[in-house]
Amino acid sequence: MFNQILFLYCALVIISTGLLAVRFKNPVYSVLSVLVLFFHMAGLYLILNAEFLAAIQVIVYAGAILVLYLFVMFLVNLRQELKVERFIASHRVSAITSAALGICLLAIIPSFKLGAKGAYPVERIQQLTHTKAMGFELYSTFILPFEIAGLILLIAVIGGLVLARKEREEGCNPGTDTCEVKK
Amino acid sequence: MNMPFTMPALAPIMPEIMLVCVALILIIVDLLYPRNRELLSLFTLFAGVGLIALLFKQQPASTFGNMFIVDPYSIFFKVICLLGMLMTTLLSGRYLEIEKIRNGEYYSLMMFSVVGMMIMVSGADLIVIYLGLELMALSVYCLVGLLKDDVRANEASIKYFLMGGFSSAILLFGISLLYGMTGTTDLAGIAKYCSETGIMSNPALITGFALVISGFCFKVAAAPFHFWTPDIYQGAPTSITAFMSVAPKAAGFAVFGRFLMVGFPELHPQWGTIIGFIALLSMAVGNIIALSQTNIKRMLAYSSIAHAGYALLGLLSGTSEGYSATMTYMFIYAFMNMGAFAIVILLCSKGNRRESLEDYKGLAKSNPIAALLMLIFMFSLTGIPPTAGFIGKFYLLKSALAAGYTYTVLIAVIFSAISAYFYLRLVRYMYMEDPSEEFVVQYSPGLTAALALSTIGVLGMGIIPGTVLNIASKSLIGF
Repeated sequence: MFNQILFLYCALVIISTGLLAVRFKNPVYSVLSVLVLFFHMAGLYLILNAEFLAAIQVIVYAGAILVLYLFVMFLVNLRQELKVERFIASHRVSAITSAALGICLLAIIPSFKLGAKGAYPVERIQQLTHTKAMGFELYSTFILPFEIAGLILLIAVIGGLVLARKEREEGCNPGTDTCEVKK
Repeated sequence: MNMPFTMPALAPIMPEIMLVCVALILIIVDLLYPRNRELLSLFTLFAGVGLIALLFKQQPASTFGNMFIVDPYSIFFKVICLLGMLMTTLLSGRYLEIEKIRNGEYYSLMMFSVVGMMIMVSGADLIVIYLGLELMALSVYCLVGLLKDDVRANEASIKYFLMGGFSSAILLFGISLLYGMTGTTDLAGIAKYCSETGIMSNPALITGFALVISGFCFKVAAAPFHFWTPDIYQGAPTSITAFMSVAPKAAGFAVFGRFLMVGFPELHPQWGTIIGFIALLSMAVGNIIALSQTNIKRMLAYSSIAHAGYALLGLLSGTSEGYSATMTYMFIYAFMNMGAFAIVILLCSKGNRRESLEDYKGLAKSNPIAALLMLIFMFSLTGIPPTAGFIGKFYLLKSALAAGYTYTVLIAVIFSAISAYFYLRLVRYMYMEDPSEEFVVQYSPGLTAALALSTIGVLGMGIIPGTVLNIASKSLIGF
């Protein structure tokens, strides 16, 4: 019972802060509401007996990534929301489509049945400790997805560099001040 | 507690590992020899050819606890993806020079995206499939944005990134529903659990299934998930557009097929109808909107949506005959579409991209060979014999007809006839109009090779059609 109330609380806060993060005009407010969202995500992990994930969620997401966001925010001095032309002209069509999808998703909730239990029920995890169980699974059963995820991070780094790097005119040395930088 | 660990067999995944290594070496080569751009494309070509040779020798196997499967089906699609990479590399040399794209990472990113495709195609577990898909998509997002001075390219890249992220979220939500209902992400495991417990008609399961299908439809650009295609095809560098229209599409269809065939064979009556609807809608949207396009890249984008519709006709039937028809079609499509894009790149020159249909007026007078080749590719895209496009469409329609989808086939034929208008309009422009501007195109060795390869492919498979279909249908044995 306590778990259910805790879950409901976390879920509600996650949904509302998620919506707020999108709706706020001031980007700093958005980032801060995402911070609240991340803490409640950690709460969800705790309910699921995943204390390692909860700690990582707080340390990496709330501690590192969001601080990085805030730094970027301060550096580019983004006071106001960037006005971008809408990708899809009609707002109404998208509203109707998403509302229909939302209703569909709500309507199927009663028919949802939990599937087969995996190899790690709560008792086993409590006996084994979550960190150990996850570490073992990550490096044995799920080693392939783990490696692919590493590759994806590598692409993100390379891609970020490629897109952020300034193109230089031919015949000039990088690093010298006289070098004319092509916009 | 002692936990046993056995090293998984690496032989089945060797081609992917090698491609990752080559891609990493390329980045270092680019750092050491910044002036030597030809070296990078040569490396890419050798890697591509070598890997195709290696793939033909691979034995069917599975590794990483059946998460990664090598079977003839996956090898077939991997060869298409590698062919796409090879032809794009051949096309790229001169295009990169004209557009002044000097990134050494161009070829590496392309290779990483092919690695992603190869993982997707071989993945038998939804987690692996999803991660492969992300690996592929992330590399392509970067490639699309390489023309940094071009507003259209920037718009295309951002749009693709946002839409891609959104569709990934939908796909993941579907996967999470499937996982919650069945307790496994293994495709065969899902099928087994569903048939044992009889939850096939559960609305929640069907919703999860439908969400995953929507995600895949986005990746293969089938209507109504096609809205990103025209803007991104038009904005991206032309060589990347050519790559995107062939390789990721083939990989998307491979995953689509495996998901339907291995994961949900029992739901065929339901998904047959849905796929039929999507196929017809794609053909309608693609072919009808293409009629009013004035930009060749945009026209080819809509044509690619329509072709996704045709290729879905093979999956629709749910028979191995239909699947081999789709496989053959993706193979043929790679050649004819690459050929068409090679001509688009051929016409491109410094400061003048010549992407408007008007630029093709009178091409036959000034550049008879280029016009003749474009004619062949346009005939093939329309589906006129003796080109390969006709054979591909013929098998697709035949398989759908054999599965009893008579009306779907009838409508498909009508849309195919409509498509003749805009493909042949280009031919009319080339042969029956006067040129507005005299120019002589310059062939580079890479472009010549790409054009020769695609012409041989299109005409060869049109005249001797049996070979590829035989390989395709053989590769489905044991599925």
